[in-house]
Amino acid sequence: MMLPLFLRNALLASLLVSVASGVVGAYVVVKRIVSIGGGISHATFGGIGLGILLSLNPLLTAIPFSLASALAMAVITRRGKVSEDAAIGILWALGMALGVLFISLKRGYVPELSAYLFGSILTVPTHELQLMAILDLIILLVVILFFRELLNLCFDEEFSAVVGVPVELLYMALLCLISLSVVVLVRAVGVILTIALLSIPASISLRLIHSLRGMMILSTLLSLTLLLLGLALSYILDLPPGALTVLLSIGAFTLAYIRSR
Amino acid sequence: MGEAIVQLEDVWVSLDGVTVLEDISLTLYEREFVALIGPNGGGKTTLLRVILGLVKPFRGVVRVFGQSPEEGRRWIGYLPQYVSFDREFPITVLEVVLMGRYRGPFKPYGEEDLEAAMRALETVGMAEYSHRRIGHLSGGELQRVLIARALAREPRLLLLDEPMSNIDPEMRESLYRLLVELKERMAILLVSHDIAAVSTYVEKVVCLNRRISYYGSREEVLRGLGEAYRHEIELLERGYPWRCRR
Repeated sequence: MMLPLFLRNALLASLLVSVASGVVGAYVVVKRIVSIGGGISHATFGGIGLGILLSLNPLLTAIPFSLASALAMAVITRRGKVSEDAAIGILWALGMALGVLFISLKRGYVPELSAYLFGSILTVPTHELQLMAILDLIILLVVILFFRELLNLCFDEEFSAVVGVPVELLYMALLCLISLSVVVLVRAVGVILTIALLSIPASISLRLIHSLRGMMILSTLLSLTLLLLGLALSYILDLPPGALTVLLSIGAFTLAYIRSR
Repeated sequence: MGEAIVQLEDVWVSLDGVTVLEDISLTLYEREFVALIGPNGGGKTTLLRVILGLVKPFRGVVRVFGQSPEEGRRWIGYLPQYVSFDREFPITVLEVVLMGRYRGPFKPYGEEDLEAAMRALETVGMAEYSHRRIGHLSGGELQRVLIARALAREPRLLLLDEPMSNIDPEMRESLYRLLVELKERMAILLVSHDIAAVSTYVEKVVCLNRRISYYGSREEVLRGLGEAYRHEIELLERGYPWRCRR
């Protein structure tokens, strides 16, 4: 059976999105940096605006922007005298404001805007799939190579530092992983809702499974299921799939919460 | 008295512009069991962090096993203060203890590390819990596991930051017995609030309130200590911390 291209791409995008969301989401949840993830994903909007302004692929310009905001977040919260809370708020707003500014400088109609704000998994072109696959591979490679270090960092930073884990560097790397995953996720749910896919599937798995590896696998499967359900529902109800996926995720979390209480 | 393993000379430390340790000179010897006591905010944890190389003094010299703290700390087993570990964290007892065997990136844990981790768990009597998730342990059990993590490094010096907090009295008793056993193999520096318990087990006492106000053998220190320590605490409670400086 031949699938129409848009559907085939939507299914592949769902798969790629679920890997990033499952693997990086597990760290975001156990390290309790959900709001930092929210900050980074919103800050990424600046890079998307820049891409639109320069008529480049917004996902490509989003990568350096998102990485820069992750590094800024790490440096400000660890070295500076600004509280983590305030730093998140400032970078969050800065990225969004720059995005709005860049887009308003672009003359004429900006068709893709809502695709990047709220996601548009039904219109992912093939070259973006390739980009998402490369980012997924980078994420997986870093996680596989530094699994013990990242686990130690998340569990007990102080002890990790004493046994020689380069804690500061690794924390930056972790925030950069969040950046890359945000870029992968943008097409599915948009910058505004990426945090849902980084936090909800992993939070559900944390209630069901007791190892970090297991959490990553289960979160990936959960993300994929939720994305596919979102797609199916959007077809039936003729509503946006991104928002439906997020609402389904929250429904699933509520069920898991009630059952495991 | 054995070989000197930790030497601090005229060490001064400030955090965020506030001087928290002044003029600290202290030597620890092999197989000593030393208690570090003093009021909250007196700099006890900071002193441990200086020995571990996590905090840099702005003045003075720190030598750990004759080397810089970063070099020498590979011989140190460390139990951080009971920060409320995330009980939900998806990690097993064995995975926690293996952290103590970490030797660097791209050096995965081998058979030897696994054996050392299991030996450490046996020492603290937690071997049969190795595959439990840490969330299923009591406070005392978790503390034992964290001590096992410190022991897994096969240290020559054990730094314990308030190991007895958050533990019920029975468990506390057995933990002290464990420490007395361990003392035969390594030096121990124990941060504590519990002067009464400490005085039964340790050999030396260091009383720290930004400066070292007392340092000596248990007997020698205890004579003046009860009085002075209580005095300092009272002053602190009444809100005159500046009067404890000397």
